[in-house]
Amino acid sequence: MQSKYNYLITVGLVMVLVAAVFIGCPRDAEVTHEAADRVYIAPGDLDEFYAFMSGGFSGQVSVYGLPSGRLFKEIPVFSVKPEEGYGYELETKDLLMTSFGHIPWDDTHHPSLSLTDGIPDGRWLFINSNNTPRIARICLETFKTMEILEIPHSAGGHASPYATMNTEYLVSATRFSVPVPQADVPISTYKENFAGTLSFISVDDNGTMDLDFQLIVPGFNYDLASSGNGPSHGWMFFTSYNVEEAHTLLEVKASQFDKDFIAAVNWQRAQECIGDGQGRTKEAEYYHNVRNPDTFMSESTRKTSTTVLEPDNCPGVMYFLPTPKSPHGVDVDPSGEYIAAGGKLASVIPVHSFSRMLEAIENEAFEDHVNGIPVLDYEATIAGEVQDPGLGPLHTEFDNRGYGYTSAYISSEVVKWEIGTWEVVDRIPTYYSLGHIMVPGGNTMEPYGQYLVAMNKSSKDRYLPVGPKLPQGGQLIDISGDRMRMLLDFPLIGEPHYAQAIPAEKIQPNVKRLYDLHQNQHPNAVRDVTEARVVRDGNTVHVYMAAVRSHFAPDNIEGIHVGDEVYFHVTNIEEEWDIGHGFAILGDKNPNILLMPGETKSIVWKPDRPGIFPFYCTDFCSALHQEMQGYIRVSPEGAGTPLMYGTGDEMVTR
Amino acid sequence: MKLEKESRTLFAVAVVILILLYFLPIWRIDLKAPQYPEGIGLYILIDDIRGQERNNLLSVNRLNKYIGMQAIVPEEIPELQIMPFILGGVIVIGAVCWFTGRRKYLTGWIILLVIVGIAGLVDFYIWAYDYGTNLDPQAPIKVPGMTYIPPLIGTKQLLNITASSYPASGGVIAGLSGLLAISALYFDKRLKKKRAQ
Repeated sequence: MQSKYNYLITVGLVMVLVAAVFIGCPRDAEVTHEAADRVYIAPGDLDEFYAFMSGGFSGQVSVYGLPSGRLFKEIPVFSVKPEEGYGYELETKDLLMTSFGHIPWDDTHHPSLSLTDGIPDGRWLFINSNNTPRIARICLETFKTMEILEIPHSAGGHASPYATMNTEYLVSATRFSVPVPQADVPISTYKENFAGTLSFISVDDNGTMDLDFQLIVPGFNYDLASSGNGPSHGWMFFTSYNVEEAHTLLEVKASQFDKDFIAAVNWQRAQECIGDGQGRTKEAEYYHNVRNPDTFMSESTRKTSTTVLEPDNCPGVMYFLPTPKSPHGVDVDPSGEYIAAGGKLASVIPVHSFSRMLEAIENEAFEDHVNGIPVLDYEATIAGEVQDPGLGPLHTEFDNRGYGYTSAYISSEVVKWEIGTWEVVDRIPTYYSLGHIMVPGGNTMEPYGQYLVAMNKSSKDRYLPVGPKLPQGGQLIDISGDRMRMLLDFPLIGEPHYAQAIPAEKIQPNVKRLYDLHQNQHPNAVRDVTEARVVRDGNTVHVYMAAVRSHFAPDNIEGIHVGDEVYFHVTNIEEEWDIGHGFAILGDKNPNILLMPGETKSIVWKPDRPGIFPFYCTDFCSALHQEMQGYIRVSPEGAGTPLMYGTGDEMVTR
Repeated sequence: MKLEKESRTLFAVAVVILILLYFLPIWRIDLKAPQYPEGIGLYILIDDIRGQERNNLLSVNRLNKYIGMQAIVPEEIPELQIMPFILGGVIVIGAVCWFTGRRKYLTGWIILLVIVGIAGLVDFYIWAYDYGTNLDPQAPIKVPGMTYIPPLIGTKQLLNITASSYPASGGVIAGLSGLLAISALYFDKRLKKKRAQ
């Protein structure tokens, strides 16, 4: 068998080389001017869908419009963003707190829209970070990160967050198994000492996350997940690879067995077992960081324990479904009955049946047990195999007409197949090395089957070259007809792993235009220029500053000394749509802060030399934006310059 | 001479609908500018000047600062304090006139209504003239010879802003009230002539 797969890989590589030889020849001959009409959004008109793309190693989420492919925004999530002050300003700094300290970066993977009855409801977007496992919640009224929860006892938080049908749970599974709890052991003791965890994170009505429980599972690499829908509600499916439990040269050693596993977890059963006292409390260290929408401030809480559950103590909580071969994606169809797996080294797409799985459990059709977890018979759960699905099948999305679409990495194509007959009905090449695909709603109970976005890992000659590091390429494909049609290329930020899309009308009416200044409960806000002031407390100076077209109040400050710690609490007291201000000081080691109307932000400045330090508005606000500036006088330590401040001709002395 | 029943009813309606002026804006000023696709504007009420949308008055004042126009502060406009009483007077006098049921009192009330209406418009123009011409000499934006008097009624280009001024629902009702009163008078004459035959 092994030689067969080597053969497949070789063929794949040869195809890539052949493709490279033909670069420059006319491609996409089927793309016509008609495609332009499908994606052209006339100036002033709006897109049909919001698309949220993971930023991969950018650590962020980018927001695009579909079908135009226009980039609207990059939402800072796990990485600092000097452009707006995120992660530096006091209001957001604590969001990036972890048990390892403040981390300025991560690797975002899979966005997941909050669901009600299996359909995106437009309240929140969740996204995981892979490197230091965490899940973030983004509010879709403000497009701001409001919460980040760290996942303990895990490394490589890859199979995450994948909301359940009513956002009861998000999940996070271990991609890189480690000792649980962490320990100093020889790496070669992997099989004895390493374990994985499947974490279930509950979400309350306000969106607040809480780590409800963790299943302790064998030390495989848990890769991706998908929630049951409809009849399969209450179940969560995780793919795994490296059931060989290799700890080195995984590319070979983890590719030996014909089949790895899909782990099917009955989380309602887990809740019962924990309710019956089968769970136990385990020491842990992780951070839960929440931002208050009214005060703008974030607060970090250090947590010290979790509830863990061993599958041994809870029969029926978990089963393994053998699945060829190092499966990557696992995707439940809109009916909730079929579970498609993308075996990246497999020659077929196996599709399991949920109802057959239940029968197999009922009949105890087990072929083995691993750590006490029953392994179901492959033939007993399989509904069908899609033959000839392209090389390196990874991810499947569904439309609303009974078709699945699977990305094939090695053969760079999308393969369309029919549920039930398991026959491939169409295929379309993508450029190049296709990873994730996304049909708006394609992972939910009601897909919108007009478009498919292909997220390619490589773009090579698709754009004007910009040095060795090229953008990864999004491609929009029309899937509304019998044949798929290529419509558009558009470059993406970072590495686009998964994406989500939702009809614009589910979000647009709720998006905030500004923050209500009168509801601003930031402890250091000013609501009017008359409240602006400077207060000294020992070596700490607090500047309560107002920004309003086209000046700062105060805009002249004297009596600051070297060695002082100067807090600038700046409030944009505008109450008008799209009138932002920014704030930056000469030589400050912080980036600028951006302030939207009604918003307050704070930074700490530590002047280290005497002199005059201008500050200015960085966000073009008005006809006299260029005049929106001020000066701070810094005197040598101990000079005793009296504290004075003001705007206009009168200075206040303290 | 007593009013006919029908014309007396019309008179009553003319008086009663004026009560709506306590709740509805009398005049509206719409401002259009390229950077305000969402629109911005003011309503003038019997006792207040307010933004058509939340914060519009604040926005107008912040914009006007650049050309040196005084801020519009409703609390500092004495007419807005007095107008509710004047309107109340018109309504009470109307009610008394109606109660007498005499035609000459209807005629008298119509004259009163017209005088109050004209006085209101003249006062509005005086304020508009003052706002538009009495500009801060330190204003950042000074255009020689330019004044910013909004139109009393109609549309006018003021730098980047197209200002339109029109009666709002309350103004329409005030006009309707006058028309009803005049038609009461007119129909009364016709009815009397008809019934005399």
